[in-house]
Amino acid sequence: MQSEQSVALTDSQVDIILTDLMDIYGYDFTNYSRASLKRRILLLMSNDRFPSFAEFRFRLRTDGDYFNRFVEKITVNVTEMFRDISFYKTLRHDILPLLAARPLIRIWHAGCSTGEEVYSMAILLHEANLLNKSLLYATDINPAVLDKVRAGIFPISQMKQYSENYILSGGKKDFSSYYTAQYNAVRFEEYLGKKIVMATHNLVSDGSFNEFQLILCRNVLIYFDKPLQDRSLRLFYNSLEMLGYLALGSKESLKFTEIQQHFKQHESGEKIWRKVS
Amino acid sequence: MAKGLLNNRVIPQHRLLAIGGSAGSLAMTLKIVSLLKGQMGLAVIVIFHRKTTDDTTLIHLFSERTDFHVKEAEEKDEILPGTIYIAPADYHLLIENDFTLSLDVSEKVNYSRPSIDITFESAAEVYRQGLACLLLSGANADGVEGLKKARALRAAILVQDPRCAEVPYMPQEAVNNVPVDLLVDDNNLSNIFTLPDWRPVANPPETF
Repeated sequence: MQSEQSVALTDSQVDIILTDLMDIYGYDFTNYSRASLKRRILLLMSNDRFPSFAEFRFRLRTDGDYFNRFVEKITVNVTEMFRDISFYKTLRHDILPLLAARPLIRIWHAGCSTGEEVYSMAILLHEANLLNKSLLYATDINPAVLDKVRAGIFPISQMKQYSENYILSGGKKDFSSYYTAQYNAVRFEEYLGKKIVMATHNLVSDGSFNEFQLILCRNVLIYFDKPLQDRSLRLFYNSLEMLGYLALGSKESLKFTEIQQHFKQHESGEKIWRKVS
Repeated sequence: MAKGLLNNRVIPQHRLLAIGGSAGSLAMTLKIVSLLKGQMGLAVIVIFHRKTTDDTTLIHLFSERTDFHVKEAEEKDEILPGTIYIAPADYHLLIENDFTLSLDVSEKVNYSRPSIDITFESAAEVYRQGLACLLLSGANADGVEGLKKARALRAAILVQDPRCAEVPYMPQEAVNNVPVDLLVDDNNLSNIFTLPDWRPVANPPETF
């Protein structure tokens, strides 16, 4: 079968693509982990049925809409509500109560993807009676996902899993009270989305834009090489209030990083660190 | 560790055994692990399909059978000989050109994360003939595509003999679709380590 014939992609061809993206669109992916990036470019080339590397490159160079598709497909947008039950339990029981005394709670979800974690957080804040005085900043490199966050619409097929996660992480309500089902999708209640502010933000090139009490950046740094991880972590350090919290993914860590000395990990062992100096 | 000399730098030579298994693959993996001893100039990666649970049980089971260091694979880990890396549940495990590990939470492949296909393929691109892929018992077809790509890149292809696999579907799919260098059963496990074409590869790998 012709279409089964897998497209090949060499490391130097990946370099060529990355240079093009920088020259033409100003997007720098050179500090992304190469193995995953290469795999996703190859998947895109094969799904979009490009017969050769040259044709793929030409399209990417000359078609801005296709570049948007590239960014959408190359960045990983797999996320869940209340993923990692013990993490959300700790947020609910240990972290949010410590933020409760603040007049205004600012939270940054960096690399928020389609927003499942942002809505999870909004539910936690709502149940702690803190949502009214909170602002959730949801940023991502990919503008297409931010539209999804704005809409608050998620596939209905996931709700059973999310409801289980919610209950296991300490939720006491009927999870379905937070959304209205419409055909194959659910729309989350408008009051949950009202405190979410969306913006594009690129951890490669953009700087700090506010000071936060809590920053979540989960399963984003695993796609970065060490220098970009360090850059991102410095940015988070500079964007956190003293005694603010930084939350990372379950396989991410501050171990061996230059900002480690300024943070103390939460005693639960969850991937939550407090800025102490 | 075998060393070579390039541009006046001593450079490490790499050999990797990647073991992929699903339902019914633990018993044979434990037998193989107990053959791992001392200086074999070899690193091992284990990709098991399993539910999200804590990973210390496997580490413990492996550790008491070998003097290889056993750990859960972490992103940016340098792949060192004498070490067994266990892919964490719910992440894909890939290998970078500089012989380090990376993790990825992208879509499941064959309903699986970690996906054996992804790790086999990624390992083959870096290790080439320095890689041996071993596919064990299991109930789905994960691993077969990975074996095909690994084969094309000259890695050694090993498959558990489906006749003695607890769940033969996965190894049978492999046998049906990929030329196999060695069918592995309980009696020939030690042959894995003496495959003539499984040779260390130098860093950096040749490009193609």
